[in-house]
Amino acid sequence: MAPDALAVLVFAPLVAALAVIVAPPRATTALALAGIALTAPALWVVTAAVLGGAVVEVALAGAAPPLGIAWRADGFTLTMAWLTFVVVAFVSLHALASFPSTSDAGRRFWPLWLILVASVYALFLSADLFNLYVTLELVTLTAVAMIAIGGAPAAMRAAMRYLLLGLMASLFYLLATALLYGQTGTLDLYQVGERLGEGALATTALALMITGLLVKSAIVPLHVWLPAAHGKAPGPVSAVLSALVVKVTLYILIRLWFWAGSAFDEGPAALVLGLLGAAAIVYGSIAAIVQTRLKMLVAYSTVAQLGYVMLLFPLASTAAFRAVTFHVLAHGVAKAAMFLAAANLLAVLGSDRLQRLVGVDQRYPVNVLAFALAGVSIMGLPPSGGFVAKWMLLEAAWQAQGWGWVAVISAGSLLAAVYVFRVVALAYAQPRPATSVRRPGTTPRGRFGATSVAALGLAVLAIVLGIASAPVLTLIDLGLPPGMTP
Amino acid sequence: MIPGPIETTLHPLPLVVVLVSLFAGLAIAVLGEHQQRLRTVLNLAAAVVKLALVLWIAILVVGGTVPEFRFALVPGFDLVLRADSVSVLFASLSAALWLVTTVYAIAYLHRSSNRARFFGYFSICVTATMGIAMAGNLLTFFVFYELLTLATWPLVVHTGTRAAVRAGRTYLTYTLGGSALFLLGLIWLYALAGPQDFIAGGSLALLDLGEPRALQAIFVLVAIGMGVKAAIVPLHAWLPRAMVAPAPVSALLHAVAVVKAGAFGLVRLVEDVFGASLTSDLGLAQALAIAASITIVYGSFVALLQGDLKKRLAYSTVSQVSYIALGIAVGGSLATVGGMVHLVHQGVMKITMFFCAGTFATLLGVTRIDQLDGLARRLPWSAGAFSVAALGMIGLPPLAGFVSKWYLGAGAVATGQTWVVGVLVASTLLNAAYFLPLIARMWLRPAPERWPGGTTPSRLVVFGLVAPALFTAFCTIAFGVLAGSSYSPLDWATEIVRGYVP
Repeated sequence: MAPDALAVLVFAPLVAALAVIVAPPRATTALALAGIALTAPALWVVTAAVLGGAVVEVALAGAAPPLGIAWRADGFTLTMAWLTFVVVAFVSLHALASFPSTSDAGRRFWPLWLILVASVYALFLSADLFNLYVTLELVTLTAVAMIAIGGAPAAMRAAMRYLLLGLMASLFYLLATALLYGQTGTLDLYQVGERLGEGALATTALALMITGLLVKSAIVPLHVWLPAAHGKAPGPVSAVLSALVVKVTLYILIRLWFWAGSAFDEGPAALVLGLLGAAAIVYGSIAAIVQTRLKMLVAYSTVAQLGYVMLLFPLASTAAFRAVTFHVLAHGVAKAAMFLAAANLLAVLGSDRLQRLVGVDQRYPVNVLAFALAGVSIMGLPPSGGFVAKWMLLEAAWQAQGWGWVAVISAGSLLAAVYVFRVVALAYAQPRPATSVRRPGTTPRGRFGATSVAALGLAVLAIVLGIASAPVLTLIDLGLPPGMTP
Repeated sequence: MIPGPIETTLHPLPLVVVLVSLFAGLAIAVLGEHQQRLRTVLNLAAAVVKLALVLWIAILVVGGTVPEFRFALVPGFDLVLRADSVSVLFASLSAALWLVTTVYAIAYLHRSSNRARFFGYFSICVTATMGIAMAGNLLTFFVFYELLTLATWPLVVHTGTRAAVRAGRTYLTYTLGGSALFLLGLIWLYALAGPQDFIAGGSLALLDLGEPRALQAIFVLVAIGMGVKAAIVPLHAWLPRAMVAPAPVSALLHAVAVVKAGAFGLVRLVEDVFGASLTSDLGLAQALAIAASITIVYGSFVALLQGDLKKRLAYSTVSQVSYIALGIAVGGSLATVGGMVHLVHQGVMKITMFFCAGTFATLLGVTRIDQLDGLARRLPWSAGAFSVAALGMIGLPPLAGFVSKWYLGAGAVATGQTWVVGVLVASTLLNAAYFLPLIARMWLRPAPERWPGGTTPSRLVVFGLVAPALFTAFCTIAFGVLAGSSYSPLDWATEIVRGYVP
């Protein structure tokens, strides 16, 4: 039953995407929601099996590796899949209002959205280098299309830049895949790890692959495409780009590093990756602090937050793996909430210049609250998922006596506090009489609509993650890399 | 009070008492701005329920039960809410003062905008304070300590003016900077000793870890985190600037929540984590006593220079709160009792003065000291309450402040640290120098022709402004006069210290 559930996970949204294209627009909402909702029971079945101690595997079309294609789900896959489901569910709720299926934009949005969801699920399930490549391309191409969906020139430019850099990165990845296949005669992620010996060719292949993945994950200094792409995309798209799309390549990188690359002496490379992460935390945070537009600020915050994930490579311990995986979840939920809240404010204010936010709390308190709650998690303050992640990461860094990492993690959350509170302080400030059109108290309050509910729901979830971390960590512990024990 | 056998039992009460005001806060936020009547009812109901729950807990604790609730926050690290007698001391103070502050705040803000936001965060602030009171280990303490920072910031910037936002920024810079160091100390402590619950006499003292350097560093890191909120010089600069906040917020900040949370944290750190004897063996008690003494004298001196009433009160707080730290740093049973009981005494005295200062500003537009002339003729009840609290602060017998100072001085002599008596005398002289002129101006000088401004609200609002101050002024007298009776704050503190200093 569980292997069939894996297929439902991918095919339910995929079939829904095809159905949306052919069916009349009024059926779109029902079809799309059905496609997404069906993945929940499927995930549940797989999770139950994995919690029972199994690793759920399926060989597509009955052909096992090295000839066939394998899908595999362990605890790590499932934590990412659950993140996908939660973010997609809330963002879909937002999109129901922001991309109504009867509008032009909505007709373009929903098929792309469903294909993106299917490809993200497929990517997390893939245990095969080429299959990963295909799903990664699907994710990138749909993401590019969705950035450009509004057709604004700035968004088109951002999408184009993302596309070109993404294609270059894909070529690196594909070349490396070919090299690895030539060396080992297999594409299976785990078999490659077993068969790959040390050597110049193997090193080159891995370096190419890692570089490609770093570009797509927007790790400093390869992040240049991200702020514009995430900042100019429509709200729901920004949310899912920051919460999921940049994470999928980090997922591949972690799989590759800890599952396939364990035979290598990775010390120097790990240090380089860690240093890139530290640079990302510092640079991204400072860049976020100096932004003048809300969505760009949130986008640079993503650049900074992705840096924490890179600290896993030098720390390389069970504690660090738990911490980083939890961070990916907490950041995914909180950042999606932040982008949705920012998009809602942009929609009602007509501009996301920070100066326009003065006094906005009086009119749109729900969205400001969503932003602030998500901000608590981003800053890593308790009680929130971000705090649990920061606590575990600090602990891991302390155990490894990595004082430099400890300093960077601490500094990172202080810098995050600067940009988060900058926004909230503006929202709470009293508008000057000249700029406020209506007197406070008589202004209509923001409608408590689906868009606000989606933002607030995700933000509350980011806080709840900090209190209910135990079940999540149980799942993470079932997906530890080989050689790590809980 | 007769100490009975102490027994820890699993009990949801400590959690419930924390959650009551959280739910009140969320409900108030959801209700929105215009549900004024319902909001007032909710506010008062939550405050009364909370006070009743704290009394219930106090009865359990007197009966020898320590109700406890715990669950794993991060695997291996429990969130522990436990009501021991120290918790009850702080929790009853904040629950009682929250009720009067709520009454005062409803009256004070009767025309302000953004009241839903204000009372929402106000309630969450008290949630955090309750969590701090009930925290059974340092991680739990940290979680609620941070929540307190987050919940008080919107109150500090409530008016949304440029000055308020700037004060909010200063507040965050200090508190978040301090908490980053606190967190590092906490991680270090847990790496060294594993997760430890608070134990009277010190959980670390029982472990006998060695590593004095590491322990000293941990103490300093955590004490900086506490010291920022407790406004120990030179970490105090945020407090006077936060005076731009509305008067009920200042009252809460100075008497119940923020400053007091820092001082309470120092008590927990010294008595329940390190233990008094280990703290003193490591040379940390001496250092803390010196820092507290400097703060006491410096705060009093700077208070003397202030012309603004709220600023003078703020620096007075800087000075007075460090009596608590001084008491536990001097050590020995008498001084520890003095410090512990000052936790309550300073609270009731300082909140009285802030209530009155807010009343003066609202009703007469009086904010500066030179405007106080003849004020007692116009507002005799408020001026009376203010004067009682000020005399208490100076340490006039038989008011509450005298009891604190007497125990501190006697404790210093008993442990042979006579220099502390010098600090107390100097501080008392300075207290008199900055408070007596205010009392003299109010009662002896003639009233001006016209008051600087102010409004004339309804009688109910005036009652809401004046009555809370009268109540807390009454407490100032009662806690001093009745200090020797059972269940007075002094009696309770003595009982607590019996567990610390055998």
